[in-house]
Amino acid sequence: MADKSSSNAYWAANIRLITLCLVIWFVCSFGLGILLRPALEGIRVGGADLGFWMAQNGSIYVFLVLIFFYAWRMNKIDAEHGVEE
Amino acid sequence: MDQFTLNLIVVGLTFALYIGIAIWARAGSTAEFYAAGQGVPPIMNGMATGADWMSAASFISMAGIIALAPAGGYEQSAFLMGWTGGYVLLALLLAPYLRKFGKFTVPEFIGDRFYSGGARLVAVICLIIISVTYVIGQMRGVGVTFSRFLTSENFTVTTDTGLYIGGALVFIYAVLGGMKGITYTQVAQYVVLIIAYTVPAIFISLSLTGSFLPQLGLIGGYAPTGGEISMLAKLDSVVTELGFKAYTSDSANMFNMFLFTMSLMIGTAGLPHVIIRFFTVPKVSDARLSAGWALVFIALLYTVAPAVGSMARLNLSTTFWPGAVTGTALSAPALSIAEIDSNPDLGWIRTWEKTKLLEMSDKNGDGLIQYFSEPKVVADAGKALAAANKALAEAAADADKAPLEAAVVAAQTAFDASLTEGKLGDKTLAELGFKGNELTKVDNDIMVLANPEIAALPGWVIALVAAGALAAALSTAAGLLLAISSAISHDLIKGSINPNISEKAELMWARIAMTGAIIVATYLGLNPPGFAAQVVALAFGLAAATIFPTLMMGIFSTRINKEGAILGMIAGLVFTSVYIFLYLGWFFVPGTNVYENVPANHFFGISPLSIGTIGAVVNFAVAFVVSMATKAPPQHVVELVESIRVPRGAGAAQSH
Repeated sequence: MADKSSSNAYWAANIRLITLCLVIWFVCSFGLGILLRPALEGIRVGGADLGFWMAQNGSIYVFLVLIFFYAWRMNKIDAEHGVEE
Repeated sequence: MDQFTLNLIVVGLTFALYIGIAIWARAGSTAEFYAAGQGVPPIMNGMATGADWMSAASFISMAGIIALAPAGGYEQSAFLMGWTGGYVLLALLLAPYLRKFGKFTVPEFIGDRFYSGGARLVAVICLIIISVTYVIGQMRGVGVTFSRFLTSENFTVTTDTGLYIGGALVFIYAVLGGMKGITYTQVAQYVVLIIAYTVPAIFISLSLTGSFLPQLGLIGGYAPTGGEISMLAKLDSVVTELGFKAYTSDSANMFNMFLFTMSLMIGTAGLPHVIIRFFTVPKVSDARLSAGWALVFIALLYTVAPAVGSMARLNLSTTFWPGAVTGTALSAPALSIAEIDSNPDLGWIRTWEKTKLLEMSDKNGDGLIQYFSEPKVVADAGKALAAANKALAEAAADADKAPLEAAVVAAQTAFDASLTEGKLGDKTLAELGFKGNELTKVDNDIMVLANPEIAALPGWVIALVAAGALAAALSTAAGLLLAISSAISHDLIKGSINPNISEKAELMWARIAMTGAIIVATYLGLNPPGFAAQVVALAFGLAAATIFPTLMMGIFSTRINKEGAILGMIAGLVFTSVYIFLYLGWFFVPGTNVYENVPANHFFGISPLSIGTIGAVVNFAVAFVVSMATKAPPQHVVELVESIRVPRGAGAAQSH
């Protein structure tokens, strides 16, 4: 296993990435899909308003992109810190 | 060939496939039985997770729940976001680290991380409550699907017989193959269920919006009038004309919708039968990727479901109000009974009436079926009239009936008066000649089950929907049964009763535990406790309030100790169940609830369904405070946490 300081840097990089992803996760689903829907009524996505579409379809696409982005970035971070399998 | 024979052939072929897979994928070791030998490729595990996760409720009920919700379809988005967003939490916060830990069960991790047999036992109890309540619904789903689709004039499969057949099938592949057999059967079941769900959806989307993809149809234009007006706007205008709440209207209680969505998300991430699927992949990086693939396969159904829901609702409304296709609903007479009986395209109405999922009653005797939402004054007067009639009918033979008869007459007068008051648009019901809503029952499930017939699709599609519903219920049941049996054989028998048990003996106990779990699940399916529907709330609430926070703290903190974890789990468990019991009755015994379960009575408007989020906060808070006040965990536990945080070395840690 890598030495202690490198493993701390690895964990810190992971936490930063998780925080970024979870902020996007929260803003897209709870933010745009629920809390901000009344304020964004005017923005249209096809025949729906933005909040309705985010709640019923859009946030699911965002979740998908987030997981694959996280998996891809983590593979790079694993390799940079020499902890890949 | 009649529909019954076709259903029988398609369902029979899928069952033969599952049994064939079971024989091919027999388990020879405990590692294969609990974790499929940790050799499942990520895409395949993603598919199996999709089938594992999508239950009878997702397949049969969810679209209908969204379509027919009295508060409108938008508020039900909580299910769509909640049951998918949990996978982000799984991929980022739990799955890779638990895979690195490299053992077989969720309680085992909790026991090792919190260096305590007590913590492991509390986790086993939570796991069993969560999984057993969940499995009852799946077994019912199997029985009900059999009774609906595999019944003809001279041959009937009852719900009970269907349950025995389903139980026997799960027995064959789960006992023989354990996680290995279940995994590969789930892959096949996923393929069956996704085809069954999307084919009818594509056809209904083509006919209503001209769009091949239901996801685009949802935001597309309404094709029958040239696509000028959007499908959702058309739906809103038709349902509001008929007195219903607009489909896209805002949530009445945004705070509760927020908490409900969160509760479903963290509940999903805390469900043991989902978590253990990530123990089956070869590497840590595969666990991350596999969560992504799982969501791809789940999203294929979940992004289609709101399209199915809204389009099926529009289809139902325009079927009963033919005028609504091009104009307003009330611009032409409602659908006539003669038309229902003579038009072969409407044959599904009588078919599903037989199953009681649909009920009609021509109250005003005009030979037409008027479907609308009764104004409150009419609905209330109607209820009072029904109650008065019931009291009269139930009166003892020798009782004085005169006052009861007088009450019925008075209630009838009040009801007739209400018809001159209640309005649909700018006309009263009396002016329209209506005497109440005549489509008296539309079950949620019909929105998916009758979809192929409503869209006049060929018989093989209907047969496929039957096979798909069975696949959804059976695959989830098998996953749950494995979570239960591994908790018993691995956590209870090997973990505390007899730690020196040989691998061969443990494998035998795993099979015995699986057999026992199937017998109990089948029994509970045959004799469901009256509270079967409510306990699903408990399952999600408890997973959110107990398993998820404890796992997360175990990974992301080295300071949370065994005292904190145990008291945190117990606090989450007690807080959440007590809040649910206050509204649904102590241990769900009807009539023992303290408050009536209506929004006005909920603390801060939080419904019992949404309380899991608060329960999770309670768990985190108690665990933190207690840990700070007590001794830090020993050094070897700190090292364990540090080792699960790095991927390297995952292969070596397995199978002991």
